Amino acid sequence: MTDTVLRLAGITKRFGSLVANDAISLELSRGEILALLGENGAGKSTLVSILFGHYVADEGSIEAFGRPLPSGDPAAALAAGVGMVHQHSTLADNLSVLDNVMLGTEPLWRPVSRRREGRARLLDTARRFGLAVDPDARVARLSVGERQRVEILKALYRDARVLILDEPTAVLTPQESEALFATLRGMVAEGLSVIFISHKLDEVLRVSDRIAVLRAGRLVATMAARDTTKSALAEVMVGRAIPPPVTKPHSRGDAVCVIDRVTMHGERASARLEGASLSLHAGEIAAIAGVSGNGQAALVELLCGLRAADEGRVTLGGRAMPADPAAWIAAGTARIPEDRRDVGTIGDLPVWENAIAEHYRKPFASAGIVRRGAARSFARRLVDRYDVRGGGIDTPARALSGGNMQKLILGRALSGGAARAADFLPTLIVASQPTWGLDAGAVAWVHQQLLDACARGAALLLISEDLDEILALADRIAVIHAGRLTPARPARSWTLAELGLAMAGEGARDAA
Amino acid sequence: MVDALAAMLANADFWSAVLRVATPLVLGTLGVLLCERAGVLNLGIEGIMVAGAFTGWLAVHAGASLWTGVLVAAATGAAFGLLHGVLTVSLALSQHVAGLGITMFASSVAYYAYRVSFPNVSTPPTIQPFVEMRWLELPVLSAQTPLTLLALALVPVVAWVLNRTPLGLAVRMVGENPAAAEGQGLSVSAVRMGAIVAGSALMGVAGAFLTLSAFNAFFFNMVNGRGWICVALVVFASWRPGKALAGALLFAFFDAMQLRLQQADVGGLPYQAWLMLPYVLSIVALIAVARRASYPQALMKPYRKGER
Repeated sequence: MTDTVLRLAGITKRFGSLVANDAISLELSRGEILALLGENGAGKSTLVSILFGHYVADEGSIEAFGRPLPSGDPAAALAAGVGMVHQHSTLADNLSVLDNVMLGTEPLWRPVSRRREGRARLLDTARRFGLAVDPDARVARLSVGERQRVEILKALYRDARVLILDEPTAVLTPQESEALFATLRGMVAEGLSVIFISHKLDEVLRVSDRIAVLRAGRLVATMAARDTTKSALAEVMVGRAIPPPVTKPHSRGDAVCVIDRVTMHGERASARLEGASLSLHAGEIAAIAGVSGNGQAALVELLCGLRAADEGRVTLGGRAMPADPAAWIAAGTARIPEDRRDVGTIGDLPVWENAIAEHYRKPFASAGIVRRGAARSFARRLVDRYDVRGGGIDTPARALSGGNMQKLILGRALSGGAARAADFLPTLIVASQPTWGLDAGAVAWVHQQLLDACARGAALLLISEDLDEILALADRIAVIHAGRLTPARPARSWTLAELGLAMAGEGARDAA
Repeated sequence: MVDALAAMLANADFWSAVLRVATPLVLGTLGVLLCERAGVLNLGIEGIMVAGAFTGWLAVHAGASLWTGVLVAAATGAAFGLLHGVLTVSLALSQHVAGLGITMFASSVAYYAYRVSFPNVSTPPTIQPFVEMRWLELPVLSAQTPLTLLALALVPVVAWVLNRTPLGLAVRMVGENPAAAEGQGLSVSAVRMGAIVAGSALMGVAGAFLTLSAFNAFFFNMVNGRGWICVALVVFASWRPGKALAGALLFAFFDAMQLRLQQADVGGLPYQAWLMLPYVLSIVALIAVARRASYPQALMKPYRKGER
């Protein structure tokens, strides 16, 4: 009996002409954390989806604990002891934690669900792995970190011996990620095995025993984590060295956008602002740091013209602005929304229609009819210049990967419907979590675009939960907590400890 | 006017009428509710009720027992449910269009079969319908037929199945997040298909109540929009069986009231105004109640396995 718990042999999967997985063979040992590393679109998610039975491989076979695993059958994977935590939440919001965990664990025709036993088992599993949950809480009320705990518990509740986590840290705060890593280490100590998908080099190096690197559907390298370095790993993953973003010197210009003691009411904390003031200057990057759900959404909605201030006022270029997105676009606002899938693009429409979504009246329509030729050639240039890959301009936007979707949105926002790059410069760029969930190459690229626009004189408001990103880019930083904004101070004057305190709401009292 | 109303409300006959009017609505609403909890809109109800009303009645007319008629109606509903399931689950077609298609198809087939079976009748042939349960010796209830009792009994049964059994959890989960259900090893299409077939069978029985209990014959337009009312009642009930019963009773209350107000000639209003009353009040109730309703998250979203 070897210690190999999982063996993938020659897995190949094609989507149309795209080869998502190309003859991938991998083994997983008992008590090991294997990281699957790769850029977006490298085929990581496809591979584990095949493993778990969501997709059927075109070629290849899978063995779990020495027995062949039938393809395309999640129930068989679960029965074989393979559990999966998906990248996108697979919990039902309107049901309780216990409902979500117990689903499918009982014979369907049992006349009464054995909820008392289920609850005891859930609490026991939770205690064993240090994952605190309230079994009766409605999932909709849980935070992102809590939801993920439930997802992991779902697998552990079924006695999973192999746990697959697809980009588990993409949505977590640093502290939550830390807690997750501790949980994973506890699990392998008990003899479980973990496959951990990520494109974050630091955490891969820290948490995993072995690293398998995928690139363009191929397995390009497997190595022990202790035998490699971050830069070596990055090169293997991207296939080339990633140049760090170049900061051109830029000078602070006039105030472009002034938010003056704005208060916005809302039911949820994320939709509230209380007396927030901030001025955004041409050629300057101002950043808002803060844990999500503290009023960032309200600020973005204000600056995108989606909601009006209940008190106070906001001006752009000296004019008071109405709550009308079209007016903000006309005044030169470039908007990069946090949720690129739900808000940034219209998934079922093709890339070219998404590319003109902000300018479909002018200049891409006349007399109420869309000028398809002009619109399509604009989209073609945009796709070219911003390197949007994964299909042509007729591909539905939802088929793009996150990184390519973000490139499309960035291109649309920064080009303002103008044919040539030089013809347009946004007055104000509102970038909310612009690099959330992107891989290293795409992050560097997005940062470069933003820095370039700023160097040409655009004012940039960067809203991010990623402190590294803020510290790398921002000229001035303000911290948001519970709808209150600290005064914006030069980035260099903040210490990391100060930022952390302000994000927890401690510093805000002194400032007020 | 007030005296007339008070007299009406004090009369047991009035409340008997309320229950009688409510029965097909309760059955139909439970049927729609089952389908929608599994994430599938079933606008076929109007036609499935017509078809159930016809086949149930035809079986009895051909000599079968009344309960066999009810079973035949349920089987008819289940068959159309299976068709709806193939269209909306297996083929993942638009649930609106498929449902409306089923309604037109099922009612046309029923009318056609009726014409073919009885080409030369001037008055509709009749059967001996369910009799009132006089033996029950309870006010109001004893004036009902066993089908009404069945409808009332099904409310807690459906609620129990949905909320207390693993099967019900599976139904709710495929209506909330089919991907999650699949991730837990369930077959989304099997669960959805089962819910549609079961729900449609209830719709068939709802139709059969009209021909086997409320009346004794089958005639054209006898369902008369009751199916659509059920679709609205499910929203009104926030997808909960208990509230569905309350909604059906409320609608039936107004309907029974308007029948009496038409005859009483109170207030000098034309009778058409009273005819409108239940519908107007339904819309008002919908506005008041359903704005807060939380829809099954995956309602009307076809699920295609393995799609990205």
